[in-house]
Amino acid sequence: MYDISFWQIIAILVVAAIGGMDSVMDQFAFYRPLTTCTLLGLILGDVTTGAIIGGTLEMITLGWMNVGAAQAPDPLLASLIAPILVIMGHQSIGTGIAMAIPAAAAGQILGVITRALPVYFQHRADKCADNGNCAGIAINNLLPLILQALRGALPAYLILAAVGTGTFQNMLDLLPVFITKGLQVSGGFIVVVGYALVINMMEAKYLMTFLFLGFILAAFTNLNLVAFGVIGTIIAITYIQLNPKYFFKNMNNTSKKILAEDELD
Amino acid sequence: MKMNMSEKIKVTKQDLVRSCVLSTFLLAGWNFERMQAMGFCHSLLPIIKRLYKGKPEEIVKALKRHLVFYNTTPFISNAILGITIAMEEERANGAEIDDNTINAVKVGLIGPLAGVGDPLIWGTLRPMIAAVGASMAITGNVIGPILFFVIYNVIRITLMWFALKIGYQKGVNILEDLKGNMLEKLTEGASILGLFVIGALITKWTHIDIPIIVSEFVKQDGTMAITTVQSILDQLAPGLVSLLLTFLCMKILKKGVSPIAVIFGMFAFGIIGSALGILQ
Repeated sequence: MYDISFWQIIAILVVAAIGGMDSVMDQFAFYRPLTTCTLLGLILGDVTTGAIIGGTLEMITLGWMNVGAAQAPDPLLASLIAPILVIMGHQSIGTGIAMAIPAAAAGQILGVITRALPVYFQHRADKCADNGNCAGIAINNLLPLILQALRGALPAYLILAAVGTGTFQNMLDLLPVFITKGLQVSGGFIVVVGYALVINMMEAKYLMTFLFLGFILAAFTNLNLVAFGVIGTIIAITYIQLNPKYFFKNMNNTSKKILAEDELD
Repeated sequence: MKMNMSEKIKVTKQDLVRSCVLSTFLLAGWNFERMQAMGFCHSLLPIIKRLYKGKPEEIVKALKRHLVFYNTTPFISNAILGITIAMEEERANGAEIDDNTINAVKVGLIGPLAGVGDPLIWGTLRPMIAAVGASMAITGNVIGPILFFVIYNVIRITLMWFALKIGYQKGVNILEDLKGNMLEKLTEGASILGLFVIGALITKWTHIDIPIIVSEFVKQDGTMAITTVQSILDQLAPGLVSLLLTFLCMKILKKGVSPIAVIFGMFAFGIIGSALGILQ
């Protein structure tokens, strides 16, 4: 059992509601695990654990993105559940994350529903346009955010209730040791799924050499990721400056000019 | 009534700033029917109010004109918003730009912009900043999440404002710039940076240990020297197993398997591996 104050519950619900709105607007990166888990850790009194869970979940979900009309799994619900389970429910980080991932699938379904319902507001906005009602359009664009806020806050409340009464821990305590141990082991490499998604996104076989360069450089040096970012940027700029593909395009223009000038002489 | 040509109606800088701020809500009313239509119209409201002040029929027309299907990468979407503002401004001053022209330009731009914008922003910009933040956070450093949130949002707001401004200033001419190899360079450069950093992540920010013992003997000083599969692999290159696992995931994901299913597969691999004692 865990003592949670009224204000902690309110604060968590506010974070969940803002996250729900931002996960659709995709503006502030507030709903990303790195932000949400750390904030939940802060509220629950263990910001360090919150940051560790957030960092791990962020790596797993690096390549999750909504492209076009396709909905990606929603990292928000997972980022709300994992810190609650780990900090409040005293589970290991691996178990917390493993239990939170199904929530991402559930979040995907909820996300589809809360993106279908605003069609109603779209039609109300059409009526506002007929009447030249500018404020009406603004209001109808913003009203669906209430749905999105609920999409974050309601599941968060249910989880808090379940963990608060100890139902969840009792269930998790029934898990055999080899499973909880296995989940902890998996926690070390589960992040590769996120990496794989990002690499697939780049999708350029002839550039894969740069992946191996980063790999081998990291394997045998002690540089941190900021250094890798800077080195990567320098390599990218150099590659483009020296690439004959771009170089000759520019050359052609200049040489044509030179030719034209020669003919004038 | 005669049109006074010397008095052009122009949007003010304040209108542009307002429009930029409202574009934060581009996806607020996102729906499967017309996606970002309401959000786009919402961002244009300050402009429509300025340009068609006192002309109710023109306002109705403008609102309807911009409640049509719209969907592209946010932030840089503001380039299209800026171009639209420039076209609306010309139209309000009597230029013959009909609904179809404005729509055609918008529809013609959303596809190519998303084609470049999605990999650049969701595929590179956010993952790279997030990876730096997460690599700090995993060690329990709270600066990581703060850095991520602040840097990401500063870049986002900068992109939103400059995309709007450049779109407004260059108008439809921006199409010519897009045709040059500027965008190709940007995408290629971003991919190089992205792959390089992910390569580093694979070694440094994963943990796999294969504790199977290959040989053990007692050294002269009495301590045990144990050689495991992992210690041999680490001599080749640390992170080799993670690299292979990454390639495996890429293959499976390319077949259209959902990322969640792959994550569960990885958990199953971990549970079985640790139960058999080949993973630790």
